[in-house]
Amino acid sequence: MTRTTFRIAFTALLVLVVLSLALTSCKSEKGGVKTKKVEMINGAGATFPYPIYGQWAYKYEKLTGIKINYQSIGSGGGVAQIKAKTVDFGASDAPLTKEELDQAGLIQFPMVIGGVVPVVNLQGVAEGSIKFTPQILADIYLGKINKWNDPILKKLNPDVNFPEEAITTVHRADGSGTTWIFTNYLSKISPDWKEKVGFGKAVAWPRANSVAGKGNEGVASFVRNVNGAIGYVEYAYALQNKMNYVQLQNKDGNFVKPVIESFQAAAANADWANAPGYYLVLTNQPGAMSWPITGASFILMHKIQKKKEHAKSVLEFFDWCYRFGSELAKNLHYVPVPAKVYTLIETSWKNEIKSTDGKPVWDK
Amino acid sequence: MRILQERSTQSRSDGFFRLLTLIGAGIILVLMALIVIELVLNSRLSIEKFGFRFLYTNIWDPVRQEFGALSSFYGTIISTIIAMVIAVPLSLVIALFLVEMAPPAISRFFGIAIELLAAIPSIIYGMWGLFIFAPLMAKYVQPFFKNISGNLFLFQGPPMGIGMLTAGIILAIMILPYISSVMREVFSMVPAVVKESAVGMGATTWEMVKVMVRYGIQGMIGAIFIGLGRAIGETMAVTFVIGNSHVISTSLFAPANSITASLANEFAEAAEPMYLSALIELGLLLFFVTLIIQIISQLWLRRVQKTMGVQ
Repeated sequence: MTRTTFRIAFTALLVLVVLSLALTSCKSEKGGVKTKKVEMINGAGATFPYPIYGQWAYKYEKLTGIKINYQSIGSGGGVAQIKAKTVDFGASDAPLTKEELDQAGLIQFPMVIGGVVPVVNLQGVAEGSIKFTPQILADIYLGKINKWNDPILKKLNPDVNFPEEAITTVHRADGSGTTWIFTNYLSKISPDWKEKVGFGKAVAWPRANSVAGKGNEGVASFVRNVNGAIGYVEYAYALQNKMNYVQLQNKDGNFVKPVIESFQAAAANADWANAPGYYLVLTNQPGAMSWPITGASFILMHKIQKKKEHAKSVLEFFDWCYRFGSELAKNLHYVPVPAKVYTLIETSWKNEIKSTDGKPVWDK
Repeated sequence: MRILQERSTQSRSDGFFRLLTLIGAGIILVLMALIVIELVLNSRLSIEKFGFRFLYTNIWDPVRQEFGALSSFYGTIISTIIAMVIAVPLSLVIALFLVEMAPPAISRFFGIAIELLAAIPSIIYGMWGLFIFAPLMAKYVQPFFKNISGNLFLFQGPPMGIGMLTAGIILAIMILPYISSVMREVFSMVPAVVKESAVGMGATTWEMVKVMVRYGIQGMIGAIFIGLGRAIGETMAVTFVIGNSHVISTSLFAPANSITASLANEFAEAAEPMYLSALIELGLLLFFVTLIIQIISQLWLRRVQKTMGVQ
């Protein structure tokens, strides 16, 4: 009895092993055909552009069979990984300065553009009806304006019926490119902020009761839950959560709404040609329509490439993103890089990315 | 001759086994030492720059690269204290109910339910805390405390639903199953003869419980420290609800921070060497806090053994 059960079990096991072996060999055969052309492309970095990079990678793999593995470990991690040469490209929301790039032998170029939007939770106040001057936004985050019925706010918004509520500011708990863009803007428009706080992926928030949420979704949920809260999130989050945003006065003095067009305006008015190493921050850009808190997300690559063919296929992917990825980007509420900026970037590729024998990698 | 031979192989295998266990135990010491060395080496920058200032200053400014651990340290300690104050008495009552009062069927059912609570991943507690519990706190609990206390310093600030108190309560819920299931084991191991003699001498249930507590005090202290260790190191759930603000406030409703929450939030984007080093020093601090708690628990156990006369 026991012997027969043992025998049955043994044969079952044998069949299983054979089957699984056959299956894995099938798989590797398939994979072998696909990966013959190029190895996997590896990238790591910023979380903000992750949704669009993921979409692009998915679509690109379907078209060409080339797999792009992007890990959104954060901009800081992305910079560290590319410096350590463990990935083919790094991604960062905050641009590196020309000196930093030269020191590490890196080239950087903008990939997508997005907007940061101040969102509020005020009951009985219509969406997008509040206007802010830059000074008001800075003073709220500095703790100088503490009530929603502050005379300065009332004077600028005579039609809005502000509740008598305390203002609770919300910021990001994790280090983030969004914070970098937001605080960079505040530093540009408020000398007080620049002196007291400065800008970075994480800063020492000056207000005593400022709450911090993890990620855009954390900030969004705090703003939604706390009456009288104000926070800043990526445009896509404000849109998806149907949050009450504010109009902001831009450099030209116009009050603008956060929409794709106003981000595009900010990107179009930026002077990329005269920005060494594409170190250009899109906050507080001129232009009648420009949304003042706009920022680009950057890709980092090494200037000297050991494997020329591999580096070329990495650039081919980006080339495809610039040329054919715009619609996908817009669907996810990102602003694609303008075509004329891409012409500039392509020239930089030709001039700066070389293989070890000194020949340009991008020779199209 | 043959017997001798057998003996020698026996002693040889004994020696081998002893060596094996020695290596096993040694690995733990080596690992601990390596962790400390690694932490100290990697936080060297910050230790050199800030020295002891790191422990008692409350600056956390990544822009100017000035760091002090006080707010994180304070948050870790206070949130843990809140959790223990809630969880320990509650677990004691739960364990007693399960062992002494409840009928076997109910006891078994609740026992399984409590152990299921322990199996829930901490991120679930965090999400639940943020999306369900925090709004409830903001709507009902916090206004209630504000009203009855007349805006006492402990309950100041807008009712946001998150903050130190919410974090403490979530932690309490998380460590409750650990403490209560160990306490249940402890109480169920009290010999029937002890309980019977107490009852036989005319003790009420309450008095019998006191005898049981005295009998199982050692195990109970162990249970408490299991909960404490877990509460101090808990990361995800706390990160979601504590508010993550590097500010020290007397109000339990104010956003705060803890060592583990700071690490979880800021590690990924800390590119500057000094920033990274300060974060690692936070980890070192947590290591020492846990070590000190271990020492205290050992000392306490020894004291209990002496004064209560349990072996």
